[in-house]
Amino acid sequence: MGRALDAARAKEVGLVAIGGSAGALPVVKLLLRGLGSPHMPPIVVVIHVREDRPTLLADVLSRATALQVRVAEDKEPLERGGVFVAPPGYHMLIESGGTVALSTEEPVNFSRPSIDVAFESLAVAYGARALGVLLSGASQDGAAGLAAIARAGGSVLVQDPITAEHPTMPSAGLEREPSALSQAPEELAAALRVVEAAAPHGGRSSHD
Amino acid sequence: MAEGAGELAELLEVILAQYHYDFRGYSLASLRRRVSQAMERMGHRSIAELTRAVAESPRVFARLLDFVTVPYSDMFRDASYFLALRQLVLPVLATYPSLKVWIAGCSTGEEVYSLAIVLAEQGLLERTVIYATDIHPGSLSRASAGIYKLDRVRQFSQNYLAAGGTGSLADYYRAAHGSVVFDRALTKRIVFTDHSLATDSVFAEVQLVSCRNVLIYFNSTLQNRALALFRDALCRRGFLGLGSRETLRFSGVAPDFDTVDAEARIYQRRP
Repeated sequence: MGRALDAARAKEVGLVAIGGSAGALPVVKLLLRGLGSPHMPPIVVVIHVREDRPTLLADVLSRATALQVRVAEDKEPLERGGVFVAPPGYHMLIESGGTVALSTEEPVNFSRPSIDVAFESLAVAYGARALGVLLSGASQDGAAGLAAIARAGGSVLVQDPITAEHPTMPSAGLEREPSALSQAPEELAAALRVVEAAAPHGGRSSHD
Repeated sequence: MAEGAGELAELLEVILAQYHYDFRGYSLASLRRRVSQAMERMGHRSIAELTRAVAESPRVFARLLDFVTVPYSDMFRDASYFLALRQLVLPVLATYPSLKVWIAGCSTGEEVYSLAIVLAEQGLLERTVIYATDIHPGSLSRASAGIYKLDRVRQFSQNYLAAGGTGSLADYYRAAHGSVVFDRALTKRIVFTDHSLATDSVFAEVQLVSCRNVLIYFNSTLQNRALALFRDALCRRGFLGLGSRETLRFSGVAPDFDTVDAEARIYQRRP
């Protein structure tokens, strides 16, 4: 916590969750662009989207990366090499066994999907093996979740608010979890490349 | 194993033993979240403390039940589902002289009235009995009353139109005291009854099962049990409708169904 994601810690990462809202999309594309190994730990992406229409997010992200991007389905196994986008109108939780659990409960922080919900379930399911990344956005969603990941021993990264189109979200994250590392998008992308490079190469289990 | 998992398991055992509700097959990630919320709102500092309170007091259990069973709160959610029903399913159901429809996990009834209205608009309601089942007695009684707050109706109306509604939602209710009450013409076709997908069996042969955003709260084992019930309840070539992010793909009953509309999550039982 609060230190660079060195190779030892990077190797432990079992699942990455990226959360953001307004202004986050270009950053997510940048983060995913440098990745493409089938051994990369699964990445869960929670971006605030309107509930009432289908999202093009998975299509847009697919074009940016060699990883396999799809909108998450309930009970879907979170596999290495995959990027799982939270569907509009559902919260996305992560089960300890490495599968998706969706929920239609009330919006949290006015959002469904909510970043807090995803991050909090990641903290419970993956603990010290969790990596949470909080990006640009106009609400405070994700701050409490980020702190939960840190408390569980996981790694937490935040987009430097100065670089964010909407600094509210990453600022709230840093205020709630001062130990989080604040980095510009290019540094966040480099951190994920370190995680990919450090990933174990033997076998393709979704939760090792 | 996740921290607190043992305590949660203990709570579920107490609920089963004392109140005969079986939540052991529920998806732990979302159940844990709802139990945490219940603890916060009900003022318990630990799952163990909540468990003791539940063991001692049916009233505490009743409150917890409200948190644990997720209220489903939209009419005509996912327009594409209802459009696909109108276009692909109901024309086939129209060939049957009488129909039974099962809405499993009906919660407070919004989904039930949505389906009843769609059937009515296709001229099928008069020949149909709708079974609306749930485990929560409070939800069932609210569902059977058919009363919803007026401030929700605008969204319901918009959803109704997007879902292919041929008239106006207002054709189906009357307003009274800040609420709307759905017409007797709809409610008299509906049988509201309690039924648990975790423990109960098939109770009727039906032509359509609609169970949307209920299976997401179950783990894979319980989900498979529920899907097997639906398969066994369906007549040959009967239809199954699931929620927009639910799928048969990861389940054991996939070979028993053909896909009618993949996007709308509508399947048809193989003969």
